[in-house]
Amino acid sequence: MNDLALQVGQTAAPEATLFWILAPLTLIAALGMLLVKKAVHSAILMAFVMVALAIFYIAEGAPFLGIVQIVVYTGAVMMLFLFILMLVGVDSSDSLTETIRGLRPIAITAAVGFGGLMISLLSRATLGRTAVGVEGVNADGNVQGIARLLFSTFVWPFEVVSALLITAALGAMVLAHHQRVQERPTQRQLSIARFRGESLATTAGLPAPGVFARHNAVDVPALLPDGTAAAASVNASLKARGDVLESSSFELGTIDTSVEEEK
Amino acid sequence: MDAANYLYLSALLFTIGAVGVVVRRNAIVVFMCIELMLNAANLSFVTFSRINGDLNGQVIAFFTMVVAACEVVVGLAIIVTIYRSRRSASVDDASLLKR
Repeated sequence: MNDLALQVGQTAAPEATLFWILAPLTLIAALGMLLVKKAVHSAILMAFVMVALAIFYIAEGAPFLGIVQIVVYTGAVMMLFLFILMLVGVDSSDSLTETIRGLRPIAITAAVGFGGLMISLLSRATLGRTAVGVEGVNADGNVQGIARLLFSTFVWPFEVVSALLITAALGAMVLAHHQRVQERPTQRQLSIARFRGESLATTAGLPAPGVFARHNAVDVPALLPDGTAAAASVNASLKARGDVLESSSFELGTIDTSVEEEK
Repeated sequence: MDAANYLYLSALLFTIGAVGVVVRRNAIVVFMCIELMLNAANLSFVTFSRINGDLNGQVIAFFTMVVAACEVVVGLAIIVTIYRSRRSASVDDASLLKR
């Protein structure tokens, strides 16, 4: 009986093991978010933190929130982040150099102070208090319990939040809407512009990339009849990224003339 | 193990998120750090719900998740719009009002 009373405020041993393995990993991943250079790596570490938090929620008797965390955060939000990273690409803001002098020491000092304050306050506020646990309120099931609260006490906030979601969707649409400054050129106008240009070299369109029969990819410039590479055949953004291969590396060393044509 | 350990973890995660908002310059990383702070607050809510033995904390955490989802949608749209006009996702570059 005495043991039982002690155990009420203490979590079970498996949960302690889970916590002491996962919590340091979560902290390391969160710190890594700050320290890694590339935003994509930050996003991956963030996804790890999200999944770890979902596991903590489930361990704390909130299975509904744990599943929602995985579905909404790692499923939707992180994918959105990665999608935007893909759109924006890599730029100079990834660098970890200090732009405002003395910012970093001040930030770290403030963080140590804030973290210390929070932890000392929390330890004082909860010291000697035994956790009740959610087993009692979860007796009918966690989802049922949350639904009961959500559609009784919190029904008005629930409605407000739905309005917020619609507003956010509309806002995103307004922000993403792109207003054309000029009229979109028609095919006829484009054709006329091609012929009235400075030279007639690209009138029939730009040359297609790739070395015929050896490497037919978009990152290899085509060869002109005199054997030089046609620079115009490769996309400019590929060139800017430095992803263009040498077409000379796909040359045949010796021309194989031993094969006779079949009659 | 005391349930308060989750609160300490949550405080540390919140602090790390706050440092990230101050120190990093890439708007998307800054945004992810804000998400980390929201998630740390959620962990506190869930833990408080367990300490007090009622589900109110979990419902609040659920609302926080919805608000965070809205915030991500609008925030990322703003980042894309700024990137489209300035070709940069650095938070230092959008300082036109200063000059």
